[in-house]
This record gives sequence, C-alpha cells and structure tokens, in this order.
Amino acid sequence: MKIGVLGLQGAVREHVRSIMASGAEAYVIKWPEELKEMDGLIIPGGESTTMRKLIDKYGFMPELKKFAEAGKPMFGTCAGLILLAKRVVGYNEPHIGVMDVTVERNSFGRQKESFETELDINGVTENFAAVFIRAPHIVEAGENVEILAKHEGRIVAAREGQFLGCSFHPELTEDHSITAYFVRMVAEAKEKALV
Amino acid sequence: MRTGTDRVKRGMAEMQKGGVIMDVVNAEQAKIAEEAGAVAVMALERVPSDIRAAGGVARMADPRIVEEVMGAVTIPVMAKARIGHIVEARILEAMGVDYIDESEVLTPADEEFHLNKNEFTVPFVCGCRDLGEASRRIAEGSAMLRTKGEPGTGNIVEAVRHMRKVNAQVRKVVSMDEAELMTEAKLLGAPYEVLLEIKRLGRLPVVNFAAGGVATPADAALMMQLGADGVFVGSGIFKSDNPAKFARAIVEATTHYQDYKLIAELSKDLGTAMKGIEISSLTPENRMQERGW
Repeated sequence: MKIGVLGLQGAVREHVRSIMASGAEAYVIKWPEELKEMDGLIIPGGESTTMRKLIDKYGFMPELKKFAEAGKPMFGTCAGLILLAKRVVGYNEPHIGVMDVTVERNSFGRQKESFETELDINGVTENFAAVFIRAPHIVEAGENVEILAKHEGRIVAAREGQFLGCSFHPELTEDHSITAYFVRMVAEAKEKALV
Repeated sequence: MRTGTDRVKRGMAEMQKGGVIMDVVNAEQAKIAEEAGAVAVMALERVPSDIRAAGGVARMADPRIVEEVMGAVTIPVMAKARIGHIVEARILEAMGVDYIDESEVLTPADEEFHLNKNEFTVPFVCGCRDLGEASRRIAEGSAMLRTKGEPGTGNIVEAVRHMRKVNAQVRKVVSMDEAELMTEAKLLGAPYEVLLEIKRLGRLPVVNFAAGGVATPADAALMMQLGADGVFVGSGIFKSDNPAKFARAIVEATTHYQDYKLIAELSKDLGTAMKGIEISSLTPENRMQERGW
C-alpha cells in the first residue's frame, strides 16, 4: 500500500515517519504525475497560501481532483484540511474543494494563542495529545460528515467517506493512532476498488 | 489546554519547513512576499544591508510598521528584538507577533546574556555558527534556529560555513558513546542535556534555517542541499530589480532544490542581484555574526 505526502512545503518528514510506523509505504510527492501510483494522500500542515501557489504553479489541481474522483482516500491536517474543504470563510473559491465542510483559517488566533490539549477522537482513540498551531476549525459540516472530535464546542476532526481532516497536528506526536486509522481507510478503499 | 509549550513553539517552526521567510519593511512588500508564496514575513524598519549602510544603533522596528504588516497578510509575521532586550521582546509578544528573532542584525542590548526565552509564550528564533551556540540557544528556549551567516552582504560563504559546521558537529555527537558526551559538552560550551537529546533524536530538536547572505535562487537551493530546513531571505529580494519575480524564483528553488533544470529556468532574466560584499573586506567589528554569546 502506497501513501503519498504532498511534499511542496510543511511538516512532510513527520507524516512520512508516521505512515511508516503505521505499516504502509510512504512517498514524498513533488510533481503531479507521482500521484498516479498512490493509494492514498496526506496533505500536511504548513502554510496553506504557500502550498496553494505551488499547487497552481505545477499543475497539481486537476490531478488532485481526479485523485478524489477516483475515490482514493485523502487526509488533510491543519493547512491540509483548509485545502480539502469545499468552503473557506472569507474566500469566494475553495482550494481542492472536495470535503463537505466550511473551515475558518487561524480561527483560534495568532501563534501565542496556539495550544495543546487532550482529545477523544470518536471511534479512533482517546486522550490524544492534539497540537493546535494557528489552527483552523470546521464551522459547518455537511450531513454526510461524521464529526470525530470537538474542542470547546468547535469541530476539530471529521470524516466524510474517503476524506479525513483535522485542525491539529497528529504528525507532531509519537501517537500514530490517527495515521493508522487513515491507513485502514486506504486499505478498505483499495479492497473495494478491487471487488 | 496549554499555550506556549515547547511542542507548540517548535511545532510552529516545523510548519515553516521547506519554505522561505522574507524580510519586509511595509505592507506593500509584505503582500508581494505573501503573493510569491512566502511562508512568513519578517517585519523590519530596514533590511540588513540598509542597517549596515546606515550605521549607528539598530533597534526593534517601530510598532506601527509591525502592526501594518500584521494587518496586511494572513501568513505568520515575525519581528526582530535586540539580543537580551527583554522589553522589546515583551512589546512584540504583546502585539501578537507570531515569532521573535533575537537577532544579531540589531545592536545587542546585553553583551553578556541572551533572553530567557523559556519564560515567553511566543516562540523565538536565534542565530548560530556552531553546535555550542545552537545548544545554548535551545536551552534558553529558542524553538527554531538559523545560521548567522553574514547579514546584508549578499555573500553566502558564511551561511555555508555555519550550516556545515553545525551539521558536522551534530553527526559527531550522534555517533559518540554516551559516556563521551559530557566532555564534548565541555569542549563545545553546550548544555549536556541538549546534546543528550540530539543523540537520542539523531538530529537537532528544532528546525535550522539558512540565513545571512542568501542572494539568488541557487543560493537558496544550495543551503537546502546542505541540510537547511528552509531559508530566510533578507536584503536579497527587495534590493533586486524585480522583487515579485525574484521572490517567486527563490520560493520555487527552495521547494525543488535538486531540480537543476528548473532552477536554471527560474534564474533567467532576474536582473541584477544585490551587489554583495566580500567578507574579508569587513573588519571584525563590522561582522554582525560576532554578536551573541
């Protein structure tokens, strides 16, 4: 099973490590054609504006949309969640725009308001050390979206079928349970594609 | 819920990896930098080459400039405080700056002590030339490092020296027997606990960016190849003929630092890069890298 990490900018190395610890092969994706071989894709934390510029520059956008249309699982953390969302507060257009959620950028404030806390992630794990860095949150979720975690009433982790997104950075901790959950999503999607 | 933990501070720098942080002196430049794909901007009153030219005492920027830049962009905003200047740092923290550079580019306020950065909620970046300096800054609470290089010269040679030195010393520490670390700590002037952490992780516990002399896309790619986690570009961008184009080229060269055909394309028709200064023509008192203890 091959899982790619979009390697344009951000916490790429940490996701690679986490994927390998969860028993799958990890690949850093720097060009659109490299997506074809992948069974799943993680879009890491970083600066969403920077990643978007580079996505456009190298013609990633059609390939990322095709990847989603093919039913392959995608997991976005922090900036990655912003890139997956169908709606971004304050912007007319989304980025990849495939997951039925509305997100707000930097919604917890600037860096000095960044924090860590323990979260229970529905059906995944409990007491997860969640690190929020200038994090977004999900303001509104579509009816098919399963809410996996909330922090002070705000949705911070969710799944819609093949799409998984969270506001925080599971890649910054030693607990790989969320990545392992995504690896299972990829395995199930691959099995379904073979049937 | 805990703010200002090491994980939150260091994590912020992890998110900047593979990116370019650009010096800007006003809202207009900040927008050009954001549009070009910068991961953050450093709000300054003057870029290092102008500080060098102006002489005199260089201080924290006018809060008005910092505020203007914070209002202009959605990417993180950094600002510089003088080495050891507790109040400048507290002012920047109170203003909500995302990262503070305790910087040798400004005139030091304390010739003996750096800030105790562990006491702050806001994260700090500090310069280093070797692993001793790097480890002391980490122990003081710095959540990110950068090479000192020689700021405002447009000459990459010092940044290369500092990056190679730190990485060679990290490799040595990682390969050492634990029993040998205390003596190594003594020789380097490095806190023992930090070396122990480096040995355990197999690398520095915080990211280390290149800074001080990056003047071309090829310079940025060179530093990435030498193991930098990302790049600070100071005077290089807005001292060039076409800042927007130049900034985009540096961003792309940092992402694809091993794609030489691409870097060749990016480097075409960029106009004149900043003139640059030969390091040996700078007297020791004019070398900013000598500041810091």
